[in-house]
Amino acid sequence: MPEPRPRVALFVTCLVDLFRPTVGFAAIRLLEQAGCEVAVPMAQTCCGQPAFNSGDRATARDLARRVVDAFLPYDFTVVPSGSCGGMIARHIPTLFEDDPAYRGKAERLAAKTHELVSFLRDVRGMERVEAAYHGTATYHDSCSGLREMGVKAQPRALLASVAGLSLVEMAEPETCCGFGGTFCVKYPEISLRMASDKTKDIASTGADTLLAGDMGCLLNIAGRLRREGSTVRVRHVAEVLAGMTDSVPPIGAARE
Amino acid sequence: MVHLTSPAFKANAARALSDAGLQKALARSKPQFQAKRAKAAAGLPEFEALRDIARDIKNHTLAHLDFYLEDYAAKVEAAGGTVHWCATAEDARAAVLRICRAAGARTVTKGKSMISEEIGINEHLEAHGITPVETDLGEYILQLRREPPSHIIGPAFHLNREDWEKSFRESHTDLPPDREFRERRDILAEARTLLRQKFLAADVGITGANFLIAETGSSVIVTNEGNGDLTQTLPRVHIVLASIEKVVPTLEDACVFLRLLARSATGQDFSVYTTFSTGIRRETDLDGPHEYHVVLLDNGRSNMVGTPFQDMLRCIRCAACMNHCPVYQSVGGHAYGWVYPGPMGSVLTPTLVGVEKAGHLPNASTFCGKCESVCPVKIPLPKLMRHWREREFERHLTPATTRFGLRFWAWFARRPTLYRWATRAAMATLGWAGRKRGAFAALPLAGGWTAGRDLPAPEGDTFMARYARQRREVRR
Repeated sequence: MPEPRPRVALFVTCLVDLFRPTVGFAAIRLLEQAGCEVAVPMAQTCCGQPAFNSGDRATARDLARRVVDAFLPYDFTVVPSGSCGGMIARHIPTLFEDDPAYRGKAERLAAKTHELVSFLRDVRGMERVEAAYHGTATYHDSCSGLREMGVKAQPRALLASVAGLSLVEMAEPETCCGFGGTFCVKYPEISLRMASDKTKDIASTGADTLLAGDMGCLLNIAGRLRREGSTVRVRHVAEVLAGMTDSVPPIGAARE
Repeated sequence: MVHLTSPAFKANAARALSDAGLQKALARSKPQFQAKRAKAAAGLPEFEALRDIARDIKNHTLAHLDFYLEDYAAKVEAAGGTVHWCATAEDARAAVLRICRAAGARTVTKGKSMISEEIGINEHLEAHGITPVETDLGEYILQLRREPPSHIIGPAFHLNREDWEKSFRESHTDLPPDREFRERRDILAEARTLLRQKFLAADVGITGANFLIAETGSSVIVTNEGNGDLTQTLPRVHIVLASIEKVVPTLEDACVFLRLLARSATGQDFSVYTTFSTGIRRETDLDGPHEYHVVLLDNGRSNMVGTPFQDMLRCIRCAACMNHCPVYQSVGGHAYGWVYPGPMGSVLTPTLVGVEKAGHLPNASTFCGKCESVCPVKIPLPKLMRHWREREFERHLTPATTRFGLRFWAWFARRPTLYRWATRAAMATLGWAGRKRGAFAALPLAGGWTAGRDLPAPEGDTFMARYARQRREVRR
């Protein structure tokens, strides 16, 4: 008897929902290729991270409770972002230290929440993807994905199976790009300096494409590259892995 | 005392970013520290396990801090030393001055000590007619320049060789003006000649302590220049300036930290000098002080015990956090505006000077987590910075614009249907406006973002709208 298809809830993330819907559809395609049945709970808006990181615990807790209620019924929750994934998998349970009922639920949800690419590779054992991309890409390790969700080798392994794509490493792929949520508008000069260090590192690789797994970093890096007049194409890793780069121009590039 | 400029962090940071000399110095030190630490950690198979052990030793000690401090003090007294318990910086300054006066001191040599910066002992001694002489090379040049340290283990890392040469030529006026300062060696030779006389002339030597050992009553210093040893063995009186969280239970425990400290700090397996001092000179000893005083400072630390900030008391001042911090590497240490810069300072400074003055520091972080990933005692620095943000939010210290923005956004986020409708309209407008260029060079209310980068335009549809449409089509 074939193994039943796991029911995966996609946590779209607000930035994908608003700025880059294609990433959400790429995630659905990849999850289905990995043998999952995908649902998109309609009650979702935001994981609450902006409130959490601004010190507004009450609002964060309120939004977290909604996330827990909407996503707990599924076998897995998968997020095309290490940052929002980290919020659900690492931080939401800490919001319920004095609420035993929700603490348990939040911990159960946390234990079955994964960043998209690590889920495909580590949980579903995906070995390769059927996709092609012509170019040389360099991969930025977004901070939360790397340090909270253990995303490092998985995207590189799957990208290696993309036809026509070659990967080159930056000198400091693990250094923050300076996005940091509200940090980028609270301390714009420091944020810009960090973004510029990142774009310099990207330029020195000679790559024509920058990939990462988090929309926050991607908007920041793409925005800085655009301002510098760079021609480097910026995309979410899921778009490339799902072979959906023809359906939308790179982030920050003209559509008409 | 270090003049507090943390409230002006933003202005400090802006100045630092356009300071060419500082940027040159930062660019030089960063790759060095990170690569060396990585190599040293990789070279010790049990390094990661040691971090857990070190964390646990500190947690145990902090849970029984009163016991270990009393034990330590009893051992110091048994070895002929004296412990001065100081609740505040003022108490500590008074204690040091009292000891120096009783010794009839004119000149006091000093090893490197961040506590001495915290309590501002140099200015206090000078005001009372006693000359303090810094003997750590970095601290020495900062004393010449009347500048505070910018880094907790490399106090003068913000300076370049030209700065050193200039300060030495200006200050050492009795030496021939045509002497050469081509290399580090030249600077070292001159400093050594000068400091040697000071070591011999000093009546009192003040050092810090990396660890205080309860089992033996010993204080431990690690240095690379040997100046600490000359400071504590040559004068008649040795004063150890240390804060209460420096205590560890046993010699063996101290050795766990010694294996982590230099590797985390400079990437050395071990510092050049590691010196244990226990009490006064005994009859059979060839050298050592006749008086041994420990000025033990609290200065608000005991208030951290039992709070989430207790974790911060594990800190062993290795500076790995700032060496790996992209914010510190961008603006340097002085921008933080007080004694302790970088991630550890962003947690500690608000405790010591008040979050209403140092509120910027825990906010000026992207929470990238690199600091925590290299901390030898696994202090959850981002989590503790977030705790400060929570306290600021509770006390209404968070800027009104941020509070309003959060409330506005949260109001929508709690109402999924309305949220979808509003975001759909907004993204359709933005997507249409940005379709030709693909990005915005300027947008109302987005000045912080667009000052130096474009804002990529959204696709136009929201995911939720497109997904709902597709589902309807499938059903039909």
